[in-house]
Amino acid sequence: MSTLTRKEVEEIALLARLHLEASELEALQGELTAILDHFSALAAVDTTDVAPMTHALPIELPLRPDVVEPSLPASAALAAAPKREGDLIVVPAIIPGSDP
Amino acid sequence: MSLELWSIAEIAQRIHAGELTAARVLDTMQARIQNVDRELGAYLALDGDRVRADAAEIDRKRMAGEPLPPLAGVPVSLKDNLVTEGLATTAGSKILQGWIPPYDATVVARLRAAGALVLGKVNLDEFGMGSSTERSAYKKTRNPWDTSRVPGGSSGGGAAAVAAGLCTASLGTDTGGSIRQPAAFCGVVGLKPTYGRVSRWGVIAYASSLDQVGPLTRSVADAAAMLQVIAGHDPHDSTSLPVPVPSYAQALTGDVRGLRIGLPREYYEGLADAEIRAALDKTIAALVERGAVKVDVTLPHTQLALTAYYIIAPAEASSNLARYDGIRYGKRAEATDLLSLYMKSRGEGFGPEVKRRIMLGTYALRSGYYDAYYKKAQQVRALIKADFDAAFEQADVLLTPTTPTTAFRFNAKATPLEMYQADIFTLACNLGGLPGLSVPCGLSSEGLPIGAQLLARPLDEAMLLRVGGVVESAVGLAGARPSGVGGI
Repeated sequence: MSTLTRKEVEEIALLARLHLEASELEALQGELTAILDHFSALAAVDTTDVAPMTHALPIELPLRPDVVEPSLPASAALAAAPKREGDLIVVPAIIPGSDP
Repeated sequence: MSLELWSIAEIAQRIHAGELTAARVLDTMQARIQNVDRELGAYLALDGDRVRADAAEIDRKRMAGEPLPPLAGVPVSLKDNLVTEGLATTAGSKILQGWIPPYDATVVARLRAAGALVLGKVNLDEFGMGSSTERSAYKKTRNPWDTSRVPGGSSGGGAAAVAAGLCTASLGTDTGGSIRQPAAFCGVVGLKPTYGRVSRWGVIAYASSLDQVGPLTRSVADAAAMLQVIAGHDPHDSTSLPVPVPSYAQALTGDVRGLRIGLPREYYEGLADAEIRAALDKTIAALVERGAVKVDVTLPHTQLALTAYYIIAPAEASSNLARYDGIRYGKRAEATDLLSLYMKSRGEGFGPEVKRRIMLGTYALRSGYYDAYYKKAQQVRALIKADFDAAFEQADVLLTPTTPTTAFRFNAKATPLEMYQADIFTLACNLGGLPGLSVPCGLSSEGLPIGAQLLARPLDEAMLLRVGGVVESAVGLAGARPSGVGGI
């Protein structure tokens, strides 16, 4: 297993939508390299014809009838929103230059 | 023995008989928390009005001669990754600081319906990611047997609170050992049910294919009583199994005659601690003396469990924790564009271990790497499960140590990999979806508890309780109590 570059760590952080300080990036570069190195043992395991285990137990995902059931009122569901206007959550503009 | 240490049955019987009121239970427990928890550090939030009203309602029912539910007046704590209506829930993370959930997790609703008194929420490693509770963003929880040591984790607050008599029972979650490992460190009983036995609805997700809720208690009988209430199908959780729940109290027969106790070779070869080895030998001898049969079994892929776990769990975590984006609830950082808002909110809200696992999981799942990591780990998971299936052809239950060491000191684990090693004996159980139980089986020469782990076939929690009850009475702590904080 090769060493992770600083650029790779930055790319992963962007994919994860995670802002990291320079000191964190540096620490993670070393830590993730050490952990991934430990993982390299996995490559040596023969898994030919082994089906990946996606569930702990063989269960069929059940379907339920498509009927309306009681759920949280909007006021309760929105109560913890950091910024609100009425029943809407306020976020920065998604399209650059189009200030709300 | 004082009320703080009574069993579920002792409290319930006295309340049924009118010898004790739920209000008195609540007063006693709240006073003890006030006196002791400053030093222990188990609780993150305490309930007030709601639990007072619940206690009054139980006492009213009892006075009116109405039937009482099974846990009437039993004081419990909840790991702070179980959502509670109207009571702050943080998952041990700054990103959820101040969040008041609008609903109860199914397991919480079931406990309340069964008459339990929810005292409050207890500490954990952030989002359940850790083995010492040192990764909580809020406080340090101490081990009541020796306050210079960790309680284990991630359900460390619950294990410490149960051991120190700050609640009768606690609900924890176990993704790779987070109920059983702290139970072993704190000298209490910890049960991880079969994946799908207990609803995960309202449980703050860490790794969805591994997470399961279970009890931490001071006895096997109490674990059976708690499991009875929380087990069973929940229409809100499509992975909860629609199968009947047996009577767990009936499993406590005290009889292990003819049972085949499997000893997985790899778990004993990997055990360096001579005192833990001796405690396990004594446990095996006690079971054989009572008519059980010892069988050597092998689980050849054991060594790969750690690696498979630390790919699968972070991968699932990186996906699950994507929901904490600063938009709908939780911490929001100031930012002028949406991408910065996401990145800054998450960067400021998550702690170092959570960031590490999100990064690890994102790495493993990204385009081009999926086959080499996540898929490969799932294939290894299938091999680990097949090992268990083969072992259970020869044995009815497996007996192993719960942990490679007794409780370690604060700051003892210098690197992430060292901390991950604390779970080497508990991880495979979650990968296999099996039920597992940790039960105390002795004390070390330093006076620290040692845990024995029992593993059984899927949905055979009754077997764990049956054998665990015998281990408890034959080689358990025999009344030894933690001396670290607020002795009672």
